[in-house]
Amino acid sequence: MALTFQDVILTLEKYWSEKGCIIQQPYDVEKGAGTMNPATFLRALGPEPWNVAYVEPSRRPTDGRYGENPNRLQHYYQYQVILKPSPDDVLELYLDSLRRLGIEPEKHDIRLVEDNWESPTLGAWGLGWEVWLDGMEVTQFTYFQQCGGFDCYPVCAEITYGIERLAMYIQNKESVFDIEWIDGITYGDIHHQGEVDYSHYNFNVADIETLLTMFQLSEREALRVLEKRLVQPAYDYVLKCSHLFNLLDARGAISVTERTAYIGRIRNLARSVAKEYLAQRERLGYPLLKDAAQRERLGLDKGGKIDE
Amino acid sequence: MSKEMLLEIGTEEMPALLLPEAIDDLRKLAESELSAARLSYDNLRIGCTPRRLTLMVEGLAEKQAESVREVRGPRADKAFDAEGRPTKAVEGFARSQGVSLDELVTREVGGHKYIFASIREEGQATIQVLPEVLRRIITGMPFSRSMRWGYSELRFIRPIRWIVAIFGGEVIPLEIENVKSGDLTYGHRFLHPEAIKVGGINEYIEKLRQAYVIVDVQERREWIWEQVRREAENQGGTVLEDDELLEEVTFLVEYPTAFVGTFSSDYLSIPPEVLVTTMKEHQRYFPVVDNQGNLMPMFIGVRNGTGDNIQVVVEGNQRVLKARLDDAHFFYREDTKEPLESKVKLLDNVIYQARLGTIGEKTRRLQNLSVFIAKELGFEQIEQTNRAALLCKADLETNMVYEFPELQGIMGRNYALRDGEDPMVAQAIFEHYLPRFAGDELPVTPAGIALSLAEKCDNLVGNFAIGVRPTGSQDPYALRRQALGIVAIILNCKLELDLDQVLRRSYREFTARLDLDEEKTVSSVMDFIRLRLRGVLQDEGVPYDVLDAVINLDVSQLLLISERARALTEIKEQPYFEDLIVAFNRPFNLSRKEGGQLVRPELFEDPAEKELYEAVLRLNQELPGYLNRREYSAYCEKLATMRPNLDTFFDRVMVMVEDDRIRENRLALLKQVVQMFLNFADFSKLVV
Repeated sequence: MALTFQDVILTLEKYWSEKGCIIQQPYDVEKGAGTMNPATFLRALGPEPWNVAYVEPSRRPTDGRYGENPNRLQHYYQYQVILKPSPDDVLELYLDSLRRLGIEPEKHDIRLVEDNWESPTLGAWGLGWEVWLDGMEVTQFTYFQQCGGFDCYPVCAEITYGIERLAMYIQNKESVFDIEWIDGITYGDIHHQGEVDYSHYNFNVADIETLLTMFQLSEREALRVLEKRLVQPAYDYVLKCSHLFNLLDARGAISVTERTAYIGRIRNLARSVAKEYLAQRERLGYPLLKDAAQRERLGLDKGGKIDE
Repeated sequence: MSKEMLLEIGTEEMPALLLPEAIDDLRKLAESELSAARLSYDNLRIGCTPRRLTLMVEGLAEKQAESVREVRGPRADKAFDAEGRPTKAVEGFARSQGVSLDELVTREVGGHKYIFASIREEGQATIQVLPEVLRRIITGMPFSRSMRWGYSELRFIRPIRWIVAIFGGEVIPLEIENVKSGDLTYGHRFLHPEAIKVGGINEYIEKLRQAYVIVDVQERREWIWEQVRREAENQGGTVLEDDELLEEVTFLVEYPTAFVGTFSSDYLSIPPEVLVTTMKEHQRYFPVVDNQGNLMPMFIGVRNGTGDNIQVVVEGNQRVLKARLDDAHFFYREDTKEPLESKVKLLDNVIYQARLGTIGEKTRRLQNLSVFIAKELGFEQIEQTNRAALLCKADLETNMVYEFPELQGIMGRNYALRDGEDPMVAQAIFEHYLPRFAGDELPVTPAGIALSLAEKCDNLVGNFAIGVRPTGSQDPYALRRQALGIVAIILNCKLELDLDQVLRRSYREFTARLDLDEEKTVSSVMDFIRLRLRGVLQDEGVPYDVLDAVINLDVSQLLLISERARALTEIKEQPYFEDLIVAFNRPFNLSRKEGGQLVRPELFEDPAEKELYEAVLRLNQELPGYLNRREYSAYCEKLATMRPNLDTFFDRVMVMVEDDRIRENRLALLKQVVQMFLNFADFSKLVV
């Protein structure tokens, strides 16, 4: 019996939990990718180690196809793992997770093909690969170099599984909607109508004026909250801006000139949040940095400030 | 005595496209570091796979070469006293350098004599210096994209995971980012992950081969190509040679096994360019064609591994390609629901460049400019040119070009033909981007030629007018390529086109506010294009002095400049050239000084003046005809006949006389002579 969709998720949860990852839950604001979850975007910054894994529902309004395309969805799931600092055997760890899913790398053709990732809205970029399984991209693997415009040190490895792709492969399905979520209930049973409705909404129904107003309100609120140095509440509004921008884009309401300007506005917000987060962690004395030698190296616990 | 040295930098999978450059860099760096360390060797080569960069040095000396270093001491006159006895200063110097007094020598530096100590240094044992040499090589690699990982301070192309460093079977101790060197390498990631102990170069290569890694790049490449060709032949087809793809695949695998996959022949209704792009760019497959050159419904993939379980790999790849082709099919159907023309109005929403308006505006400029050019060139296909210009950017609004940007122009042509547009219009849509790279094909249809020139002039003029121009290695809008394209088209198609007029017209098509005025823009674009023309002619073998003589002529037809360059190159070899250059030089040197233009025959005092003047008048009648008929050799031969007149003139007439009027009149006469030369080329630039 091939793994069901939820078996795939549960297997990954179990595997990464065994490897010492915190298993977090999806973040409750709409977002385009697991990277935008504060468990990645914020935690990738600063000196504190951080190992986490979680499922992230991800929205890409322009990718909607009214449920007619077997491979494209405007709402799908990523399985996201962050290992910070990136361990020396990070690729082996990843490949073992495939073995756990029943994919024996020895029997397939697994390739790591250069793919460099950049998110202009988050001011983030990294170098890494697409992982190909017999020619199909199943995972994005990235060593973060910058986040919110700040250098990442230490560098974390980000592993993003396309779990629908993996499930299709494991279950030998040609359409994402045919994936068995559990025995007798398919992915389509659960998500197809949503795809249809959201495609209509994203492309035709969403009210441009309302969305524009919401964008402005969210941006204003993000800035206001930032002034109070409330990092995560401010970040929530950055995420809202990003999603509203994506909706406006799908709705065809943003011209190419405006596009760059909007992206710049969101990036500035993201950068300010990153800066506040770094300052906040410093004030807190980096509580997640438990290793005495590392603390010593950074000159912590001496009442002194970090010499950067 | 010498030994073998082996350095293998084991990494996570490196980007295939960066490896050719990395191999070169490693070779150069190793050569220069070994030579700086005074280490001689017989042979140095590089091996490379996605997971390793290997430096193999044979016959590496066991000791550094001895070095002789000279250290400057006190001035010679301070070194010895009147009796010739050494002073305290020189004794101290010798002591500090560890040499005896009779080992000191005297040398002159900057007009003063100094005492020098000549210090011989024994070469150190190679094994002693190698750790530092290798460390410098590894940390000195200049990758165009590099990264940090974990707590690394070093930037490298991808994380370093192991290092093999051996000299004569002995480990060269070294530590880079917590990785300690050793004599253990690793085989194929999946087929032989276990460590392998190695001692020498051949052992390394052979043991890795047993462990499913072919270290030698050329061997791997040839093996792939052989397998790919054989697989295609077995299917009754052939693969088109594609060095770029072959090279990329070579750097994507350590142990290649080619396999055949198939797809439904239904997909052959998708334009072949789309199929090829999908297979090559997205999946790195080799497309297969039959003996007619038509695509067959199959592809050759190359797996990183052996033939074991190959069927699983084949099925997986077929499924991926099918999904991609389904997508392409969908886009094609969507795009062809409405004619290409319906996309034109959407271009008003697409920005060409922030300050230069939309693609829609650009389309209208291109319509006017390409029609202007077509008329200037005397083309009759005005309608087709205008139509092609209207449609040339419309494919930017299709799904297919959105998905496959490299198909711009190609899809436009395909869709135009489907819509029943005039074939020349369709072809011109494709041709207006040509040439896309150095050596690419050039437009051949009249509409394509006019439109391609218009496109490039518009790009150059618009960008220059808002202050965007290439500097150093920065050329984000590929303006050099645009200018080179103009040169290539004009020279190859032998177009008699007044570029100055075209650029002016192009400038006036812009409605946006520009920074530079028409004069400045046109002249700087013209200079920029002349520079490219100069490069092209230089590559053709035109000598630099000839180029200097013609490149800045006040001639805005590139074709004429290039013709004159080639003609002048030959004229320099002609028997009459000596007369020609002599006839030019003296008048030129004198006439540069002063003098007006107007010759007044009534001021002539010597018959030689009158004779020269009459020769000038006669030639002024005849010469323009030669120039217009582009009979350059005849033109110059005529000019050369002036030499006897000039010789007599200079024998008998003194030019620089006291009397202002007489002097100026003679200079004016010589100026007229010189002008006839300059009308063809600036002979003063020639190196004789």
